[in-house]
This record gives sequence, C-alpha cells and structure tokens, in this order.
Amino acid sequence: MPRDPDTLLRKFHEARWDEQIIFEMSVPGERGILVNEADPKVRKAVGNAASSIPNGLRRKSAPKLPEVNQMRVLRHFMHLSQETMGTDVTIDISQGTCTMKYSPKVQEHMAGRHPGIREIHPLQPAETVQGLLEIIYSLEKFLKEISGMDRFSFQPAGGAQAAYTASSIVRAYHASRKDLERTETITTMFSHPCDAAGPSTAGFNVITIMPDKDGYADIDAFKAALSKRTAAIFITNPEDTGIYNPRIDEFVKAAHDVGALCYYDQANANGMLGITRARDAGFDLCHFNLHKTFSVPHGSMGGAVGALGCAGYLAKYLPVPQVKYDKKKGYYYDYGTKDSIGKVRSFMGNTQSLVKSYSWIMQHGAEGLHETAVCSVLNNNYMMKLLSEVPGVTIHYAPGKRRLEQVRYTWEQLKKDTGVGTEDVMRRMADFGLQHYWTSHHPWVLPEPFTLEPCESYSKDDIDEYVAVLRQISKEAYENPEFVKNSPYNQVVHRVPNPSINEPERIAVTWRQYLKKGLDKKSSSKLQSKRVHS
Amino acid sequence: MSSQRKRSTGEPARRKLGVLVNPVAGMGGRVGLKGTDGAEVTREALRLGAEPESPRRAFEALRVLAPMKDEIDVISFPGEMGEDILRDAGFLPKVIGTIRPGQTSSADTERAAKEMVKLGVDLLLFAGGDGTARDIYRVVGRDVTVLGVPAGVKMHSAVFAITPRVAGDVTMRFLRSPAGDTTEGEVMDIDEVSFRKGFLNARLYGYLRVPRESQHLQSAKSGGTRTEKQVVQGIATELFRTMDKACLYIFGPGTTTRDILAQLHLEKTLLGVDVVVGGRVVARDVNEKQLGLLMGRDKPAKIIVTPIGGQGYIFGRGNQQLSGKIVGRVGKDNIIVVASKEKLASLNGRPLLVDTGDALVDRSLEGYVRVIVGFGEYVMCKVES
Repeated sequence: MPRDPDTLLRKFHEARWDEQIIFEMSVPGERGILVNEADPKVRKAVGNAASSIPNGLRRKSAPKLPEVNQMRVLRHFMHLSQETMGTDVTIDISQGTCTMKYSPKVQEHMAGRHPGIREIHPLQPAETVQGLLEIIYSLEKFLKEISGMDRFSFQPAGGAQAAYTASSIVRAYHASRKDLERTETITTMFSHPCDAAGPSTAGFNVITIMPDKDGYADIDAFKAALSKRTAAIFITNPEDTGIYNPRIDEFVKAAHDVGALCYYDQANANGMLGITRARDAGFDLCHFNLHKTFSVPHGSMGGAVGALGCAGYLAKYLPVPQVKYDKKKGYYYDYGTKDSIGKVRSFMGNTQSLVKSYSWIMQHGAEGLHETAVCSVLNNNYMMKLLSEVPGVTIHYAPGKRRLEQVRYTWEQLKKDTGVGTEDVMRRMADFGLQHYWTSHHPWVLPEPFTLEPCESYSKDDIDEYVAVLRQISKEAYENPEFVKNSPYNQVVHRVPNPSINEPERIAVTWRQYLKKGLDKKSSSKLQSKRVHS
Repeated sequence: MSSQRKRSTGEPARRKLGVLVNPVAGMGGRVGLKGTDGAEVTREALRLGAEPESPRRAFEALRVLAPMKDEIDVISFPGEMGEDILRDAGFLPKVIGTIRPGQTSSADTERAAKEMVKLGVDLLLFAGGDGTARDIYRVVGRDVTVLGVPAGVKMHSAVFAITPRVAGDVTMRFLRSPAGDTTEGEVMDIDEVSFRKGFLNARLYGYLRVPRESQHLQSAKSGGTRTEKQVVQGIATELFRTMDKACLYIFGPGTTTRDILAQLHLEKTLLGVDVVVGGRVVARDVNEKQLGLLMGRDKPAKIIVTPIGGQGYIFGRGNQQLSGKIVGRVGKDNIIVVASKEKLASLNGRPLLVDTGDALVDRSLEGYVRVIVGFGEYVMCKVES
C-alpha cells in the first residue's frame, strides 16, 4: 500500500510471525550441515585440538543447545529481524541525542570485508598492519583539527568510557601536582548522565547544576559550587535541550580560576562541526562519539567509540598504546609514557569503527563536515517550526531562540488536555511504521518529554512524514484519547505490561531461568508478550 | 513500596474501586473563602453563591475511567457523595451507607472511607482537598491506596493527581497493572481559621499511600533505574560518612529522614523532630523549647531536613518546631538538605523555600545549598525566603 500523498501517512502493519523461542523449536537429533572431515595429513599435524585446553576448563557434558536445522535457524532470525524497527527500516529521527545518521554501506564494506581489516589480528607486529595504523593515525589528525586538541585516544568503547577515562586523567593530573584535595566534579542536569557517572566511578563526588529559567545551566549556582575541591567540570553543550550555552567561556574561565580542568562532552557535536572547537573555547579535554557524529552505527558497546582528546599537557596520561609515526620505523605502537593511566580497553579498542569514521570523513572533507553541521541545524529548526504548530506540543525555555541539532519537546499540554502522555504517543507511532522516540534521561526535568534529532541524513520529505504522524496522533488524542491510549494496533505485541519489570518472579532472561520459574507452563499468549519484551 | 494486594500469577481477580466525593470541597475558593472546613463556613460559601466544584471534577476523572467500567467493581456512598456522578459517567456502583442529602460533613467522609476499606477496595479515589485528605487519613492511615482528584481550595498535600483527567488515567493504569507501585504522599493542611486572619500555619498530618506515578511528573514504569530504597541508601551512606560522634543531629520530619535513620536501625517519628547523638536517638518528637535545652549554650548541632510537600519548603511547613531561633543558632553551614533527584526535578525549576518566622534568619539561609541526592552526589539548589 503506498503512502497517502496528501496526509503522508502509511497503512503500515508489522510482520507478525508468532515465533517460538529457539529452545522450543528444538527437535532431538536435528542438526546443521556437517562439515567434511579434514585431510588425514592435516589431522595428524594438528593432533587432538581439545588437548590444548586445560582439563579444568573442559566440559564434562555437551551444552544443552537447541537442536534445529540450519534453514529453520535462518528463518527464525529473519522473522525476528522483521519484527523490529531499526534505522535501516524506518525514519529514525526518534532517537534524539543519538544522531542516527545514515551510515553509508561502503563503510561496512571497508570495515567488514576488506581483507586488510578483516583478516588481521591485534597481536600482529606493527610493521604488518601499517595500513590500519595509518588509518588510526590519520583519523587522530582529523579529530585534532576538528577539535583543536593535541592528542586523541580511541580506546574508550563509548561516551561513558571516555568520561571515565577523562576522570582518571583528571585524577592523575592533580595527583602529579600533589593537589590531593580535589575530590569533586561539577556537571549540569541536562548534560549526559555519563558526565556524572564517569567521575563518580572514578571516585569523585559529583555536584549537579540545575537549569535556570531559560534552560541554561545556572551560572550563579555553578560559581557557588566551585571551590579548591573542584577537580574538573564535565559539561555537554549544547545540552539535550538543543540550546547552545553562549556563556560557556565564562564557565570555563571560572573553573580554570579555581584550578579545575574542563571536560567537554561533545556527543552533541553534529551541529558544530567546522564551526566551533572545544580547545578554542578553553576546554582541556573532550570526546566525540564516533558512533553518533562520525557515522558509525550504534552498537551497544560493540561498535561504539568515545574518541577522547586532550591538550598537550595531559597527553602523557592517555591510555597506551598510542599510534605514532617515524620516518624510519613507519607507524608504530608507543607504550612509552610512564604517566599513562593504563588501558581502558584491550588492544586499540573497536578498530573497525575507526575505519568507518575515517572513511566517512574522507568522503566529506572539511567543507562536507561543515555542511553536515549546517544541514543538521537547518533540518532541526525546520522540524521545530512544524512541531511548534502541533496542538499539545510545548517547547520549553529560550522562546524564539533557535536550537542546534536537537530539541527536547514535551506533550505536557496534551497530557493536561486529554490525558494522553508521551508514552501513549510513543506506542501509537509504531502503527505508522515509525520507531518509538526517546523521551529523556531520568529524572524527567520536563514533564512528558520527547527528544528528536533530524540530523543531516533526513530529507524534507522524511521530516514532513514524521511530523505528519505526530500531528495525526495529536488529533486522535483530542478526538478520542482512549484510542491512543490503547495503541498500538498494527504491531506484533499489542501492549506490553510495563510493571512486569518489577516482578522478578515473572521475568526470565535465560532459557534456564524460564524453565526454573515454570514460565513454560503458562498460556502461550501471555508468554508471547513476555518473550518479546524480555 | 509494594502494593497491598497479593501478586498472583494466574488470572487477576476483579479489582475494586471505591469512589468518594466530598460534595462541598472547592466551594470556598471562588467566593474568597480559604476552604470549607466546618458546617458554618459551608453555609457561608453557599450564601455567597458558591457552586459545588468537586462533582464536576470527579465526573471528569470518571469519564476517563468509563471504558473500564465492566472490568471493575465500583463502590460508593449514596447520592452526592459519589453515586450520582458515577451513574452520570455510566457506572453501576454498589452503593453502601446512608447520608442526609445536602448536609454531609467530614464524619460522612470518614464513615465512607472506613466502610470501603472494610470491603477491600484496591484503590480509594476521592474528590476533595486537603481537608478531605485529612479526614480519610484519620480513618484509613496507610491501610489502602488512595488517590485525590484535585477539587479543593487548599491542595498542599502530595496525594492529588495534577488534573482530574490525569487522576482518571492514573487510576486506570493502577487498576490494570498486576502490581501497582505505591509510595507515601504527605497529608498537609493549613489551619483555615488563622489563614483567614492572614497567618499561614501549615501542618504535616501524616502520609497516605498513593500510586507512585501520581506524585511525580514521570510515570513510575518509565522511572529511573534506582528504586526509592536505593536512593535513600545512597543518601544515608553519604550522610553517615561525614557524621561526627559529638555533634547533635536534629532530624526533621518526612519519609526520607525516617528512612535514612532506618539505615542505622534507628526508629524515627514520622511527623516529629528527633535528635540523634553518637548513633543513638536521644530525644523524640521534640518541640522548640526542648531543642533549645538539648543544644545547650554551645553544643555543635546540625539539622537534616527534606523538602516537605510539593512547594519545596525546607523550613516553615510541617516542621515549625525548627523555628527561626533554632535554625539561626545552628547556622546555614550546619544545615544539611537531603532529597531525591526526582523530588527536586518535580519542583519544576522553583527554588527551595524557607519561612522560619524570623525574616533575618530566612535571609541568612538564602543563596545556594548543596542538597545530598545520593552517595557522593549533590545538586545545587537555590534557597529563597
């Protein structure tokens, strides 16, 4: 069924396979395809492979894996994949702060199929992986140029690890100066939670600054929190409201005046590429999420990279090894800094992702990066204008001011008028083939929030369709709130009872638990919803 | 907090909803009275042309609930106390008790609440204000989950949904969820007689059990990753690591301070001010004078308080024992404010407020305070008087 050209709405229905759990599909004796036995010469040369495993680590009995033939396995997982709504299936403006931009498939090809990347081992000597090391070295050069920083580490596998690594560097820096009283860091309510969690994990006390009436971090509160105990500030700008803090230099100066370092969480950098630089604003450290701004798909600690940059005087604390270049030696691993905080991830971190970001930056060039920022801001402000006209939507703070790359909206008014809240709207979206949106970090400072980020990848048509869906749901809410509250209708699972999260006796995250709790004896319809959710 | 109801793994039993309307609540507001506590004031309100607010508001909430009318059993008192409005909204309630139409009073509210608890309602939905909440609290305590449809003139208590419609919505979700999550909401009221004379005297009467999501801006099911218990553990640990054996610790009222002391296996009075020295409670439910005696001339003392009610007051509402004199003596540097991040967020950007009765002391407290929100976690909050 084509999309309605007038309303831009689709008659969507998700695939519904009523799929069993793979363990339930098991038939004793069923199996995959047998691989031919190796040549006798090979077998003789290898000997008994199992003997290389220490006795204590060997299984006494075979694992209780499901016995399913290969074709059924394939079908099973294809079915499940059809019951999801990922970036490659839907207009993914929904995940505000995640910068769900299109990741050109050529990058997958480079990172996943190129033998120079796919077939190498992290323990290979540096002289045999010069190509990869050159990519890492060049990518560092690019990010240095983009941020103004002097060195980068690609070990942290995500923004939170970067914040933790930075916290460790902050601690090492103050310790080296025998300044041991600095036990506190400061962050803001609309900064990312990792800016509190990273330092906290590293042992700091964390002070959070609430927003002022315009939505900026309250600078007077910030100044009141600063003291000789302040080790560093960890701050996001623009924060998740999408509002750029124009007084950021005052924050940095005030922090430096008391001897604290300044860390810039640049997970929201998409609207600033080629426009502002962290180092120019005075920051000592910063990080980029390559899995957001630099096109690597999100990977749940798999493919993510929190590229951590710092000013020259902090470079000696960065994790090792670092990739360096010498005319004679070529590219090499440098383990030489005795002040390094050590490793935060094995080897060089998620190197495939570095290849993707390198490729993406090469495709764009300096001007292309600048254009990325401009387009993402333009898209966002176009969308904000459309949404500001949808009944029930409120845009808090800084009225009349443009946002950068994302906006924190709220359905506060819709909830007051109709009883339909953000989670109701979120569920109904799925009926139009859109992924549910992201609300906000917790606790919600603004009621009934939703955060959208239409980065540069999305066309005007994509944005128009997305807004058309929200406009339609708002209309439905005012006309028939119950209808929205009972949604979704065109999904595999009608509605998942959320409070079940609080019921440990009814949750199973492994098959063994599932059997142990006797959940296999319950009715199949109930299990279906439980399964999909957990 | 877990629900009173037993969690069952089979088909859920039919849920019971008690509906209670205080027919005179909210009448005083538009005619400039401060409330309708007491029969005389109610008559005065009627004479001034006041119209009942609560039935209309209860109807708004019930209309939202109407789609589930066949799923639940509804119990109410007759006529204006619930039956009429339920029938208007399409329900067929089981009607209990008797009333004298046009002459209901707080005694009827108490009777109705008591009867409904006896009949085992899962939720008691009432339309009224602070006075109604107090009446209900007096007879049901924390035995049953309660939710207020905001319909009164005074609504300082944290037991009301933000709008009648939301009350209907929360009720529906609570009754449909297999294990409705609850928390404790403050029951506060101001003395109407002194308020009409221009004095505000707000008292904390106790706590009712309410659905968790009625209190906070966000619904519980989407709530953060930490439970209330974990938050309190974090706050308590942070507090304990700085505690000094010789110092007098004056704990203000509230569930947060009670739960903190429970971490030390100390029992705290919920509504009173208790004093702890060297890990032991040395005095319970003290008044201003007793506090003064305990503090002596120069004993080091610290006050631990949490915002009371939805307005963000840390002094002057529900903890008047901590007078200007006491607070002034302890001094700003020795006042420790504790709260969950959720509670601070629910203030919607408003500052913390102080009203100790002593303007000089109030002014000395202004500025910023570091509120303990967890282990090693603080939020800077503005204090205004």
